[in-house]
Amino acid sequence: MASGAKPRVKVPKTAAAGDTITIKTLISHKMESGQRKDDDGNIIPRSIINRFTADFNGQNVIDVTLEPAISTNPYFQFDAVVPESGEFTFTWYDDDGSVYDTAKKITVS
Amino acid sequence: SGTSVYAMVAGLPAFASLTDDAISAFTGGAATGEGAISLTAPEIAENGNTVPISVDAPGAAEITIFADGNPVPNVATFKFGPLSASRSASTRIRLAKTQNVVAVAKMEDGSFQMVKANVKVTIGGCGG
Amino acid sequence: GNWARLAAQQQLTQDQLLQFDTFGNVSLIHITDIHGQLTPLYFREPSINIGVGGNKGAVPHVTGADFRKLYGIKDGSPSHYALSSGDFAALAQGYGRVGGLDRVAMVINAIRADRPDAILLDGGDTWHGSYTCYKTQGQDMVNVMNALKPDAMTFHWEFTLGSDRVAELVEALPFAALGQNIFDAEWDEPTDLFPPYKMFERGGTKIAVIGQAFPYMPIANPRWMFPEYSFGIRDENMAAMVEEVRSQGAECVVVLSHNGFDVDKKMAGVVPGIDVILSGHTHDALPEPVVVGDTIIVPSGSNGKFVSRVDLDIRDGRMMGYRHKLIPIFSDVIAPDPKVAALIKAERAPYLAEMAEVIGRTESTLYRRGNFNGTWDDVICDALLSEREAEIALSPGVRWGPSVIPGQDITREDIFGVTSMTYGEAYRTEMTGEFLKVVLEDVADNIFNPDPYYQQGGDMVRTGGLGYRIDVSKPQGERISNMTLLTSGEPIDAGKSYVVAGWASVNEGTEGPQIWDVVENHIRKLGTVTVQENNSVEVIGV
Ligand SMILES: [Mn+2]
Ligand SMILES: [Mn+2]
Repeated sequence: MASGAKPRVKVPKTAAAGDTITIKTLISHKMESGQRKDDDGNIIPRSIINRFTADFNGQNVIDVTLEPAISTNPYFQFDAVVPESGEFTFTWYDDDGSVYDTAKKITVS
Repeated sequence: SGTSVYAMVAGLPAFASLTDDAISAFTGGAATGEGAISLTAPEIAENGNTVPISVDAPGAAEITIFADGNPVPNVATFKFGPLSASRSASTRIRLAKTQNVVAVAKMEDGSFQMVKANVKVTIGGCGG
Repeated sequence: GNWARLAAQQQLTQDQLLQFDTFGNVSLIHITDIHGQLTPLYFREPSINIGVGGNKGAVPHVTGADFRKLYGIKDGSPSHYALSSGDFAALAQGYGRVGGLDRVAMVINAIRADRPDAILLDGGDTWHGSYTCYKTQGQDMVNVMNALKPDAMTFHWEFTLGSDRVAELVEALPFAALGQNIFDAEWDEPTDLFPPYKMFERGGTKIAVIGQAFPYMPIANPRWMFPEYSFGIRDENMAAMVEEVRSQGAECVVVLSHNGFDVDKKMAGVVPGIDVILSGHTHDALPEPVVVGDTIIVPSGSNGKFVSRVDLDIRDGRMMGYRHKLIPIFSDVIAPDPKVAALIKAERAPYLAEMAEVIGRTESTLYRRGNFNGTWDDVICDALLSEREAEIALSPGVRWGPSVIPGQDITREDIFGVTSMTYGEAYRTEMTGEFLKVVLEDVADNIFNPDPYYQQGGDMVRTGGLGYRIDVSKPQGERISNMTLLTSGEPIDAGKSYVVAGWASVNEGTEGPQIWDVVENHIRKLGTVTVQENNSVEVIGV
């Protein structure tokens, strides 16, 4: 799954200082649970995103541990406070060691 | 009508005790209160493979989610950082059959809060 | 009996059917669940429609003679024929066919002559259910409905055309496509294609119409056909929309709903501030609205059989009163609108020869509506058992499908009327006795759960070759017992596998011949269809 895991995020472009903003994130990933069998009856090995973090200017917003019960294309929605202008960074950690990330700038007035 | 769904067969054993064990592991056996945590889940899942849930526990340091009818009850743990505005989050989860979703919050004062919601996973219906 | 003669003596007139003392300052016209039926048809109302929980014994869960007694309807009267079961075949001979969108157009014209700016609302299940609708992927219905000039519409079976086709048709609609509960599944947000509501200004009054699509679409129908969307009841969002339209000056709030009647009743109690719910999906027709708090709920039947007219007196931002009439569309009494009649003829012309082909003949009334097997379902199950060489047949408990009366030819169009859909493959598979029980229990809970928000508004899955007892008062898992394989009389063995044929699977990739071909082959072999009384389901706990 190292290739093709596409992250997408929705972050407002602007906010007032101290505002609460809502962030939504999605990443394309099949989240193979490790409990399914292939046509020959063999267990398909587990291969999931096991951790997701969101940070703003180096400070943490949320840190999520994912188990195989999280659906295909993991989706998260959560709220952040933005004290100043800066950049959100979003990071997804794959079982196979791959790390996917993306960033979004926000201007605080 | 749900006349031909082969994938989801009933008769899975009850995993509730596994969930109790997992909750105890999270709380260290401490008692759990209720009322300061809420869990929003659909009464009927549109799709057991992707069930939207939301948790909200003002004052929580972290919230962990279990599904008591899944073979492995653990679903996710949310740890809230200094820039988290509300101690709430939404995600989408897999439910193997009709069961309870359980959310347990560890509050900043070290106490625990718990809430459950039953979600019906149906193999299909008929239409008017 | 002699109902036929009595009926003929009734001398119904169009003026009588349309008579209405115009009232207040706003008129609503509601039509719903047409299911692709452009032309007049027979439609037998159910003789069994069980209510559970708080709706036990409440309308619309009252049928036949009990229904007539409740509303003071005379036996053999036009209302008996239109609204209730009992003596159906005889009354059908006398009163003739019902519906036809050219007749519906005439009724709408007449209401608009009284009230030129009446709001016409279509409750959905419109682009589905007939030969021409299937062949044109809904285009025939869109073209004819556009000629009626609706102001808004909501949806259910339309989505089984697939989301691409739905988007194509909706984008071209000259009226609003509403659904406050139609959300983008990926981001859980409202869509641009289906706005939640539309504001109208009529007679100096601001009216908001909020759309409510069928909440259980991804469960009751194949979700792989419209994966972009999520539905649900979303009554909290409904409440927010009511507040939003009130804050924008709406003096009257109308919900155009495809919830089904009992769900609408519950929602009216949960969401404050709705004046009128125009109720569709469960195909109920009632001669007067049901009132819940300050909300009136108006169910308008199905298959083009009825048009509801609701006149409202809106003053000082409030609904001060209403006047209502459920107008039955007796097709021999109401003249067709010539323009719409010509349009329907043109839509049907390319398919007329293949539709009109006679496949067989029936000596029994063929109907579907009712909580358990109707005679049409028995024919379909028999077709599955014999054509697919199965021990057990399953047929979906949908509520649409016109009736055929004794002595009538069965045409290909008649077969499509009860089978047409975009996932009609007749599968053949093996199921264990245990799994069959799960299926029956699961579907039963979608109908007989005492909480209306768990009810999907269909009827029980129809069975062939399989008998059972159902206690509707029990919880899920305990309703079904005494499952019996009818050919041998043996109890169904939980661990044993049975060969099962069925159709309308919600699973992607289901294989098999189309159900209409299976049924056609079966009826062709029979020549004449006679359906024996079906006692294979024993219902208790009512
Ligand atoms: Mn319908
Ligand atoms: Mn419907």
